[in-house]
Amino acid sequence: MSFNLLVLSCLLYVVFLFAVAFWVEGRAARGRLGWLRSPLVYTLSLSIYCTAWTFYGAVGYAARSGLEFLTIYFGPTLVFVGWWWLLRKLVRIGRQHHVTSIADLISSRFGKSNALGVIVTVIMVVAATPYIALQLQSVVLAFGIFASAAPEGSGPLDPAQIAVWVAVGLACFTILFGTRNLDAREQHHGIVTAIAVEAVVKLVALLAVGSFVVWGIAGGVGEVIARIDAADLSAWQVQPGRWTGLIFLSAAAVICLPRMFQVMVVENEDEGHLARASWAFPLYLMAMSLFIVPIAVIGLDRLPAGANPDMFVLTLPLAEGHGGLAMLAFLGGFSSATSMVIVESIALATMISNHVMIPLWLRLRPGAAAADDLRQVVLMARRLAIAAVLALGYGYYQVSGGSAALAAIGLIAFLGVAQVLPAMIGGIFWRGATRVGAMLGLLTGLAVWAYTSFLPSFGPGAALPATVFTEGAFGLAWLRPHALFGTQAMDPMTHALFWSMVLNCLAFCLGSLLTFPGPVERLQGAAFVNVFEGAVGPQRWARGQVEPEALLTMAQRIMGEEAALTFFQTAASAQGKEGFLPDPTPAFLDGLESRLSGSVGAATAHAMISQLVGRATVTVEDLMAVASESAQILEYSARLEAREAELTRTAGALREANEKLTQISLQKDAFLSQISHELRTPMTSIRAFSEILTEGGLPEETVVRYGRIIHDEAKRLTRLLDDLLDLSVLENGAVQLTVGLASLQEMIDKALTAARATRPEREFTIIRDLPSEAIYLRTDADRLTQVFINLISNARKYCDAARPELRIAVRQRAGRVTVDFIDNGKGIPKDAQALIFEKFARLTDANRAGGAGLGLAICREIMTNLGGSVAYLPGQGGAAFRVTVPLRLETLAA
Amino acid sequence: MRGPKRPLFLARAPYRRRRLRDAARLLPVLGLLLLILPLLWAPEAQMTLTANDVIYFFSVWLFLILLAAAFAPGLRGGEGRDEDED
Repeated sequence: MSFNLLVLSCLLYVVFLFAVAFWVEGRAARGRLGWLRSPLVYTLSLSIYCTAWTFYGAVGYAARSGLEFLTIYFGPTLVFVGWWWLLRKLVRIGRQHHVTSIADLISSRFGKSNALGVIVTVIMVVAATPYIALQLQSVVLAFGIFASAAPEGSGPLDPAQIAVWVAVGLACFTILFGTRNLDAREQHHGIVTAIAVEAVVKLVALLAVGSFVVWGIAGGVGEVIARIDAADLSAWQVQPGRWTGLIFLSAAAVICLPRMFQVMVVENEDEGHLARASWAFPLYLMAMSLFIVPIAVIGLDRLPAGANPDMFVLTLPLAEGHGGLAMLAFLGGFSSATSMVIVESIALATMISNHVMIPLWLRLRPGAAAADDLRQVVLMARRLAIAAVLALGYGYYQVSGGSAALAAIGLIAFLGVAQVLPAMIGGIFWRGATRVGAMLGLLTGLAVWAYTSFLPSFGPGAALPATVFTEGAFGLAWLRPHALFGTQAMDPMTHALFWSMVLNCLAFCLGSLLTFPGPVERLQGAAFVNVFEGAVGPQRWARGQVEPEALLTMAQRIMGEEAALTFFQTAASAQGKEGFLPDPTPAFLDGLESRLSGSVGAATAHAMISQLVGRATVTVEDLMAVASESAQILEYSARLEAREAELTRTAGALREANEKLTQISLQKDAFLSQISHELRTPMTSIRAFSEILTEGGLPEETVVRYGRIIHDEAKRLTRLLDDLLDLSVLENGAVQLTVGLASLQEMIDKALTAARATRPEREFTIIRDLPSEAIYLRTDADRLTQVFINLISNARKYCDAARPELRIAVRQRAGRVTVDFIDNGKGIPKDAQALIFEKFARLTDANRAGGAGLGLAICREIMTNLGGSVAYLPGQGGAAFRVTVPLRLETLAA
Repeated sequence: MRGPKRPLFLARAPYRRRRLRDAARLLPVLGLLLLILPLLWAPEAQMTLTANDVIYFFSVWLFLILLAAAFAPGLRGGEGRDEDED
């Protein structure tokens, strides 16, 4: 087995994973996930629980401590087989509140407190760092075994170098697929599928090695049983306390580990998948541990005494001369390590960016919420956080020297994340849990864990002075890290578990009982605990004095232009309004906040909206008022409210229609006088000049000049009448369309050339994205070009910027093409936006228009005839129009 | 704030479904009992690892998985009204 071959196959495997993730992302983008969101993939992705610690470490654990390794799988088994109701509640809350991470869940539950988010983030990062280091170490160890087995000089090997390469590679993969976009629900289909593939690889690898050991080396099940009975392993000292404690610990960890929370709650597509996972995931765990004991026993038997039991999975096939099998085992271990690191770093990066980096950034630059493109900032923060997490893991690996046994580090990490359990379970089942309680509990747990478990793990004299171990901190004997309050009977692990959990719960309960929660906290508490009973409580926002346009601008910076516009449009039409700007009602603000929190976390979203709207104005009195009403009145008023909302919507629509009608009628009067004026001016000059001509006796050149004036005026008249006729034909739908295949790019080219005639003295910068325009449409090219010409000419006429710019953006989605024309001028005032498409409408400054105000009305009619639409796009920093046209125009006549 | 009143007594089918859920909820308790039981078989000092222990634990494990698989279809149905508490 050549070392180079190993590296090569490793690289090929990574390329394969890239391809899988890439392919799935592509399908997800087209909305065709199909079986990729099945319960099977969900269950396999849960196997992220089995890291390199399981793959390599379990055998070592079994060789050292007998069956104790099983406790690590019994905990999750018990949680999954029976406590789906707990998991389902988590998943439902995660969905309803757009939870992005476990830190977000806790911060959101306790009044969107960012301080709590920071505490949870710190716990998670501290606990996960050694765990990530462990994964790097396992890969390095595995490489080392192959290198030492290979012939001399076939592979130059420096562990530190390998660790660096692995860390950098993982960072690249994670950044590439974990931060592609800022999804509203933080889902990463590509990564989930890649992880499901890795889950299969590691299971197959372990089963293959196990089968080889049982049937290939030992010679059958009976033999193996005999060997187990005979093995040294039998000196297995089990303590009931430790056994039970470890089962509890692993049960807590499977809920609280950031990566488990990520795949279980955040990436969940369908609550129903949990039912399948309730037995399939334990089955997977059982299959993973089926051959652990035989491998450990045979390994101890066959391999030299000094061999590292953590690496038996690799060394056993190698020692027996099965290079191919060893290679498979290596890939299995590689899969376990990489999948864990990828998901863990995504989960941690989400927490770090949402709870630490973005709030800091907003604090340092107040007003940035509305000023910069936050999406890029958030994504960049995530990328930096991923790199930082991996760098921390690598640093820990370097500092610790990668010596400690795998199992010890894993358990310490488990105990660290388990500190979140009381706040989480308390938060979703007990409405009385308060922010102060949660904070006290978490801090106490963190402190006890650090003092009794994490810091001592570096060894006496490293993080804690050796005297502290023997005499206790400050010389107080009851503060010894392994015997708090004189409890010496327990082993260090059980001791740390016992005291950290007891003190954590105590602080949490006492803190909650003695403090009074704030209004937002109580609302969130009710919403979380009663998540299955639908929406509760009053709205969180009072009707704000905020311009919807400012909200739109902010939302665009976070959600992206398309998503934000769609969201606002939907909200506006639900209120019975046209266009993109809904009223900032409390319900709308709530919806917007919840949507934004999917991208940047609840605390940040809340802070950003309050920046614009002002403080959330719900008070304790509001809550009391609601609480005192009886359920019947509530139900009755809910019905009334629904009807009232309906009435308000209708009234709103009517009022809007009425306003429009009044204005149109005014415009019409104005237009009639305008049109008579427009008709009379040329008429007057035609009459006057023709009278002069009739009298005769004029010089030749004067006759020619007068003739030309008459001709020009007649032409102007004709054009006016043509426009009017055109409009009436379009309105009656009696227009003849010549439908054919045409290139969008050519149409825009043509329109730009034609529009140059309008105010030719102005130098316009045109910004286009040519590749996106390479679309062929089945439509009436001339008519569509006419619309483009009109919009471009309008921009040329009215754009008042010193350096005028026109941006043309083309997008294609769901069988429709949108073309946006956006200039950098002052834009159109809000009260005029509703009117510009009406016939005869003109903005106040009529002189500048020079037309009869029919252009946009004609455009609208043309687009209706072409099965599309043209609309004003607010909030783009200038006047902006969006033309929407179907890819294929279905003609009715044909 | 409770929603509309729920019926006090249920028809046979929903009744069975709820008891099935109760059974599923009790499963971890049964499992924990079975997994701790072997520790009580012998005094602490004489605890040794035999193949029988391994077989016992894996049998319990398989038993729990099979029970969970039997309950799983019942967990999916009836989403909605009769949600959390019995």
